[in-house]
Amino acid sequence: MIKKLLSYAKGYGIYAFLSPLAIVFEVLIEVAIPFLMSVIVDSGINGIPLSEKEGFVVDILLRMGFGEKQGLELVTSTGLLMIVMACFSLICGASAAYFAAKAGMGFGKNLRGAMFGKIQDFSFSNVDKFSTGSLITRMTTDVGMIQNAFMMALRMLVRSPLMFIMAIAMAVDINKKLSLVFIIVGPALFAALVFIGSKAHPRFERMFKKYDKFNTSIQENLISIRVVKAFVRSKYEKEKFRISNDELKAASIFAEKLIILNGPVMMVAVYTCIISILWFGSKLIFVGSMQLGDLMSFITYVQQILMSLMMISMIFVMSVMARASMKRVCEVLDEEPTIKDDTADGNLKVENGDIEFKNVVFRYNETAEEPVLSNINLSIKSGETIGILGGTGSAKSSLVQLIPRLYDVSEGEVLVGGRNVKDYKIHNLRDSVSMVLQSNVLFSGTIEENLRWGNENATMEEIREAAKIACADDFVMSFPEQYNTDMSQGGVNVSGGQKQRLCIARALLKNPKILILDDSTSAVDTATDGKIREGMKNSLPETTKIIIAQRINSIQHADKIIVIDDGKIDDIGTHDELLSRNEIYKDVYISQQEGKMEQ
Amino acid sequence: MSEKQAKKNGPPPGGPGGKMRFEKPQNPAKTLLRLLSYVVKNKAVLVLVAVLVIISSGAGVAGTYLLTPIINEIGLVVENGTFDITNIVKYLIIIGIIYVCGAAAQYAYQRLMLNISQGTLNLLRKDLFDHLQSLPIKFFDAHTHGELMSRFTNDTDTIREAISQGLVQTISSLVTVIGIFSMMLYISPALTGLIIVMLIVMLNIIKFIGGKSANFFRKQQQNIGAVNGYIEEFIEGQRVVKVFCREEKSKEAFSVHNENFRKSATNAHTCASIIMPIMGNLSYFNFAATATLGAFIIIKTGASELSGVTGFLLGGIEGVLTLGSLAAFLQYTRQFSNPISQVSQQLNNILAALAGAERIFAIIDTTPEEDDGYVTLVNARVDENGNIEESEERTGTWAWRHPHSADGSVTYTLLKGDVRFHDVTFSYDGKKTVLKNVSLYAKPGQKIAFVGSTGAGKTTITNLINRFYDIDEGKITYDGINIKKIKKDDLRRSLAMVLQDTHLFTGTVEENIRYGKLDATHEEIVEAAKLSNAHSFIKRLPDGYNTMLTGDGGNLSQGQRQLLAIARAAVANPPVLILDEATSSIDTRTEKLIEKGMDKLMENKTVFVIAHRLSTVRNSNAIMVLEDGQIIEKGDHDTLIEEKGKYYKLYTGQFELS
Repeated sequence: MIKKLLSYAKGYGIYAFLSPLAIVFEVLIEVAIPFLMSVIVDSGINGIPLSEKEGFVVDILLRMGFGEKQGLELVTSTGLLMIVMACFSLICGASAAYFAAKAGMGFGKNLRGAMFGKIQDFSFSNVDKFSTGSLITRMTTDVGMIQNAFMMALRMLVRSPLMFIMAIAMAVDINKKLSLVFIIVGPALFAALVFIGSKAHPRFERMFKKYDKFNTSIQENLISIRVVKAFVRSKYEKEKFRISNDELKAASIFAEKLIILNGPVMMVAVYTCIISILWFGSKLIFVGSMQLGDLMSFITYVQQILMSLMMISMIFVMSVMARASMKRVCEVLDEEPTIKDDTADGNLKVENGDIEFKNVVFRYNETAEEPVLSNINLSIKSGETIGILGGTGSAKSSLVQLIPRLYDVSEGEVLVGGRNVKDYKIHNLRDSVSMVLQSNVLFSGTIEENLRWGNENATMEEIREAAKIACADDFVMSFPEQYNTDMSQGGVNVSGGQKQRLCIARALLKNPKILILDDSTSAVDTATDGKIREGMKNSLPETTKIIIAQRINSIQHADKIIVIDDGKIDDIGTHDELLSRNEIYKDVYISQQEGKMEQ
Repeated sequence: MSEKQAKKNGPPPGGPGGKMRFEKPQNPAKTLLRLLSYVVKNKAVLVLVAVLVIISSGAGVAGTYLLTPIINEIGLVVENGTFDITNIVKYLIIIGIIYVCGAAAQYAYQRLMLNISQGTLNLLRKDLFDHLQSLPIKFFDAHTHGELMSRFTNDTDTIREAISQGLVQTISSLVTVIGIFSMMLYISPALTGLIIVMLIVMLNIIKFIGGKSANFFRKQQQNIGAVNGYIEEFIEGQRVVKVFCREEKSKEAFSVHNENFRKSATNAHTCASIIMPIMGNLSYFNFAATATLGAFIIIKTGASELSGVTGFLLGGIEGVLTLGSLAAFLQYTRQFSNPISQVSQQLNNILAALAGAERIFAIIDTTPEEDDGYVTLVNARVDENGNIEESEERTGTWAWRHPHSADGSVTYTLLKGDVRFHDVTFSYDGKKTVLKNVSLYAKPGQKIAFVGSTGAGKTTITNLINRFYDIDEGKITYDGINIKKIKKDDLRRSLAMVLQDTHLFTGTVEENIRYGKLDATHEEIVEAAKLSNAHSFIKRLPDGYNTMLTGDGGNLSQGQRQLLAIARAAVANPPVLILDEATSSIDTRTEKLIEKGMDKLMENKTVFVIAHRLSTVRNSNAIMVLEDGQIIEKGDHDTLIEEKGKYYKLYTGQFELS
């Protein structure tokens, strides 16, 4: 999982490499500085010749000619060396931070781009599986979490272990016996930190769950505030809130009271080390196997070692938190679009608007027992107008969504223009099959930009022509900015009926072989509805028109009307035929027409 | 509407860079005091915390200073060749005790602060939520859910951080800095001078980078907003993208936003993370400079006591800079930089928390829904003479209890459901009139329908009956009583609403129906479900009435949710029923099926119906056609059709209803 995600650092890999590299230098210097201090103390002040000191840094210093210097001269030159090193280390540290930010944000960008691309390639059933809300969270919160974790990892993952190892190496180099203290205290501290972390982890998970529940309950309350007020339930809601609020408090304290042990445990470890080092160190100095300056630098190493241990345990905690996000992001990246057209012939174009369904069975989910559509056989000729009628949940929408291959059939086949829909490249198929969805969306941008979705290269005349057929031109021209009117988020500044008409115009601009309107005129009045149908009939005689509607008026003049009930075709016929023989059709007709019949 | 809400309730804008905040509260002092009043529920505990913090940071400073005598003692070993073990042991024991006290004090104050901070949050959230419940609908119109949610999540989170860490860290950092600083002065004013120079440099760097960061973070915030907005829009509209084969185009546009965000985020994060290495390495710079200068002094003075000003400057109070005191001083230089960058960061956090607290208090200070009603709803019994008596137990009969302040007498009026509007004028904002001189009457048991296009004021009328909003002019009476005199809770209890956007709660189906009447028995609930035709689909759910509903009943179809909402109103069984597009998502055939149930539900009740579908309103006693906030036609179906007015046109489909 991590390896897969790391591949998204591409293009920023150099920064991901430079950052730890700079950190390596920074750490090396940080570790060397305390030793130089011991040189100042032992050789500069106490006058012990440099060559008598232990450690490989001494060899380097001797080679640099420090051996000849003494007293003040040694102090100033060593001090100067330390200052130069500190400056260099500062540059390294700062550039490491810069490289890490560059790599981290670049990685985040790639990951976000890859996810967005993947989701755009998802078929309807892929999206159904995740749900829109969850996809949005994964792309925003989760990617943000991973990107930050990556950046932190670049800085910490090298730094802490390296610091740990180098500081121990220096300590051992100075005095092997004294460094035994770390071997005892270090693992004990690490074990204690890991123990606390692992004990706390399930408690934190529980706390996060409670937090989720707490948030959901507030959100529900806010969304349903009118219900709460109408039923006078604020007391009840307050009580409900009090319980989840108290539970959250208890869970938080339960989880955090373990984590606060970290600080004191750490302190006890540091202090134990310092005291033992002072105790054993003084004995070693007494026997002359160690210098005072060494002891002083040793104490600095204690802090460096234990600090890096603390950091390592923090990395553990963070990786656990990021892990959940990584899993959720990988699920999206690993999801295979269920509809593919790799084997299709790119030159194959849809010839005409013939549609045929052969023994089609359809399930949204392969494991579902009951199919949504079963045993569908249908034949539609190019240029025909087809009406589809059926109750809520009778699978009307599912039926038409098979035509532009928004879903794949489970059994049987769907033919468009005489060829199986799977033979066409998706792009070619959907260019010829235009569909106005039930829950339709207009995007930010002007009306013209939205309509151009149907045809990038349409002239203004063509756009207005399509809008006229959809009865949208009049009201668009009445806006002060006409076709340049900005549709703010979700197209909220037009009424429901106007929005539907714009969506129809957008679909018409494709000049499709097949046009599907899925309950797309529900908010349009019957007179306008009639005008749109008339317009389509006249200007798109070759196009097959499929209309799903609740209103009988919208479909009664169709060449054929298909009545769907519970996923099966109940009947096919003209208005008059169905009215005389089909129960469902009659029922619906009567329930809608009573008023008129009385007149 | 619900789609829009879902958008606003989406996740808070992206995680990146959450830690650094640059917000300024309006009135920090006042807000701080008020926030502290939540924290300081128990003063003694807080004093104890402060003492413990001082002990723990004092222990750190003192422990380091004790290095001086120990190292000097060991230095004597080297000089004299004698090993006085008792002194070293004595110092080691003292240092051990100090350290243990420090660690114990740290644990103790953290544990106490955990309770204090969680307790504070708990209280703050409770006050916030309780107050929210009392606010008028108008308030919720003016604030998005996302906005209110972030009061509960983001703002309380910054406050938690500020209380649990900010307060303590600030005190402990201050104590440490002051402690270290005085010890440094005590050891050597000259070396301290060097440190002060470095300190000024450090503070300037922090200030410089901080200023830059603020700009970069603002830029990043804008860009993340654009990226997340694009993501939301295009994932929600993904199906349309597919239908129009616009995948490639949308990817291209996205990559532009994505790249912009990357650039600004890189700047912001560089600023944020560069401070630590700079501070850390500057402290090494200090370390090196101090070590050199210190060694220089020791060698020059030969570690012997000097008198006078020079002695004081170089060797502090004791007049001598020894190896031991240099060791301690060097430790101090390393310990110094940390609390300094801590304080600046914590101050930022505390300011952010105060800004959050200010937003929370602004809500808590919002005037709650006013209610000066004094007429209440009581159980009643009617004796054989027709006198109404108040009753303790449930009688199934209700009456309005109307006390008269003039003579202290109490009169009772039976609850019937007679609702009248007298010349009602109303506007939401005091400017744009939504309803003009509306008069209507609904006698008990009548069905009144409202018809008209969106924005004509249909829903407004029903929202006035239950006093979600208060009218500007005119009068609304309920059983002859001005509704302004009726206690709001009792008024609403006498009405049931089924809204177009059905909202369900997380919980079982049964619990959701029971929302209408909290003490309803299971039998009553099944009865109500049967009445609204919901029983048959509930039975088919995996756990029947015990099926859990989550995410606003997301596992049900819109039609099923509406049936549940109708059942919820049915179990409440009040004399007045308001149906606002209650059957809009149910197809005409199913509507016919539940019509019988609905008729039964509406029996003997005053019903207000708003419907898109005219077949639903046909059999009403009176139909009101609304346009621009005025009733332009009224009468029953047949009269209105005969009038051949607006209703006729609507009915024959010559007008658009949307």
